[in-house]
Amino acid sequence: MSASFHEKIHVALSDLTLQKTIRTSTQRFIEKRRDVVAPEVLPDYQELRTHANQLKQHTLENLDYYLERLESKVQERGGKVLWCADGESATRAVVSIAKEKGIKIAVKAKSMLSEEIGLNEALEKNGLEPVETDLGEFILQLAGERPYHIVAPALHKSRHDVGELFAEKLGMERSDDPPVLTAEARRVLRAKFLQAGMGISGANFVVAESGAVVLVENEGNIRLTTSLPRVHIAIAGIEKLIPRATDLAVFLKLLGRSATGQPLTSYTSFLAGARRPGEISGPEEFYLLLLDNGRTRILADDEKRQTLYCIRCGACSNVCPVYRRVGGHTYPGAYSGPIGAILTPQFHGAGHEPALPFASSLCGACAEVCPVKIDIPRMLLTLRQETKKVTARELPTRVEKLGFRIWSWVMRNPRLFEQLGFLSKAVLPAPSDGQWIKSLPGPLSEWTGHRDFPPPAQQSFRELWRARRRAGANSANAAVRGNVADGNRNERRIGSRTDHA
Amino acid sequence: MPDRERILHRIRSGLGRHIDQPPPPPPPPRLMVPPMDSEQCIELLLANFPGESFRAGSLADAREQVSRIIAGRSAIASAAPVLLDAGITSLPGVQSGFTDPVALRDVAANSEVGISSADYALADPGALVLLSSSREDRLISLLPTIHIAVVPSRVVISGLDELFTVLPDPAEVSSSMVFIAGPSKTGDIEMKLTLGVHGPREIYLVIV
Repeated sequence: MSASFHEKIHVALSDLTLQKTIRTSTQRFIEKRRDVVAPEVLPDYQELRTHANQLKQHTLENLDYYLERLESKVQERGGKVLWCADGESATRAVVSIAKEKGIKIAVKAKSMLSEEIGLNEALEKNGLEPVETDLGEFILQLAGERPYHIVAPALHKSRHDVGELFAEKLGMERSDDPPVLTAEARRVLRAKFLQAGMGISGANFVVAESGAVVLVENEGNIRLTTSLPRVHIAIAGIEKLIPRATDLAVFLKLLGRSATGQPLTSYTSFLAGARRPGEISGPEEFYLLLLDNGRTRILADDEKRQTLYCIRCGACSNVCPVYRRVGGHTYPGAYSGPIGAILTPQFHGAGHEPALPFASSLCGACAEVCPVKIDIPRMLLTLRQETKKVTARELPTRVEKLGFRIWSWVMRNPRLFEQLGFLSKAVLPAPSDGQWIKSLPGPLSEWTGHRDFPPPAQQSFRELWRARRRAGANSANAAVRGNVADGNRNERRIGSRTDHA
Repeated sequence: MPDRERILHRIRSGLGRHIDQPPPPPPPPRLMVPPMDSEQCIELLLANFPGESFRAGSLADAREQVSRIIAGRSAIASAAPVLLDAGITSLPGVQSGFTDPVALRDVAANSEVGISSADYALADPGALVLLSSSREDRLISLLPTIHIAVVPSRVVISGLDELFTVLPDPAEVSSSMVFIAGPSKTGDIEMKLTLGVHGPREIYLVIV
């Protein structure tokens, strides 16, 4: 798996059109988000984040209680809760309801969980027709691909790609005009909506005390999916619970802003069961499928539990320097970006995707934008440790072991350290305008094969320090200050070295 | 062990909780209602609404405005009291008063304009709140390509915090509550904004 991760990185990096597309799209997301969380527009943004974090923490720490409350509320209104320990149990439950009711077509609203459990494949295998109705997901279903981004699934497709795809698969006249293509999708999908016997949605939030699911969207396909077919199945991970409807006042202010830079998306649906007496439209039956699939294992871990706070806004992907270069399809599993890098290894156990926790520069941008304050960089570090413990293949080689022994010996001998510093200045190419060294000889070439090496500073920190102490208090201060920039660079260099070690 | 028991057991043993153990009190709801009077809310809503918005001086004026927007196109209207009182349901070309789900669906799917009211309207961010009922069906604001909402001024409130203060659990009132804060739209092809992807491409607000 890890080998294919590395291969995919190179495929993504060498596709220049793709590089440009990812960069422009994520940049637009970044700017739109920044505008709507700015202090002049949303003065209590930080308080909202803290409150959301506390609500998630409380709900998860008492999850058994809230799940049982939820179940009794759903049942009170005639709905049914389907508990599913894993993906297979979940797909089996959906298939058996469809078969029992004689349903052939299931319209689907975008759901990351459906990707996670491979619901479409399972439905197809059983002779049912799943139809993705979110425009991006519809495009991907026709193309036979998986989502590129948690929020914008077809981010990597150009209008020409979509035009070609629609011409081939839908038999429409070739067009590259988004409104024309969108109108065609509307026509095809509207017919499916009116025929489908089942609507399958995800859930952005599940409200325990109301027995309700909450769904946010811009297109209206979720409203159609949950209003037209006679059966509605909402599928959700058990971590999606929040205690009360009033808590939405916090979460809804964060989700739209973080995801697409909207104070509120075009539509937010709060759905509490099937149609009630007197109501004209709406489903006749409501099912809420609650999935574990590895979540209880994450929940049991005090430190990593916060991974489950995620509300799937995708903001961490947009700001991630790694996601912005390698793109969504490079990540294995349904979830891409920084959250995928911590979620996927935890779902499948440490060591299953050994490269993932390392696909980060630990810059911390993800933690800064996370609306529920998940400390993703810390999770990555913990997962790195766990991965190293279980992946025998990646245990340090003898050369590495020897290297680290020499390193620790050098670090404990100040004089030796300094002499080696002098030596490196003599051996390494002279730093011309602070240019980084692109290749090193011998075994060190392994290191520079993937990254550049910083040049040695003109004067080491120790030299600067001695100069400062030697100099008279007043006369030399100015000169020393002039050298501080150099000294800082030196410190940073030391930091980056240990990071990579 | 059935999945239900297995999941609950895993959760309890992972968290160190026992069956029927009550949770500590959750963090209190965070609802901060800004001090705004009705007139301020209306002004803000007119400015924030993500479609054309008008203020009607009377029910007759509202009827006039709606008739002008319909412009002779086919329309379906809900049975909301304000629409009946204003005579909007009896405008030429407007169908209303459905009780049969199949008939309602067919007419809504084939009408160009859908006319509803709203149970609440939020000033910030500008949005309509519709609770599904026998008088306000969910398809009328969804299937047609144009949506007009006629809203009594008394239902205009400041925003989400006030809504959840006056309606702490919408599930007690209806099976479906929807916030409408814009036309149906997508950016799924090259992030180019395209309207009317599944629902209405135009929305209008008339405050009476």
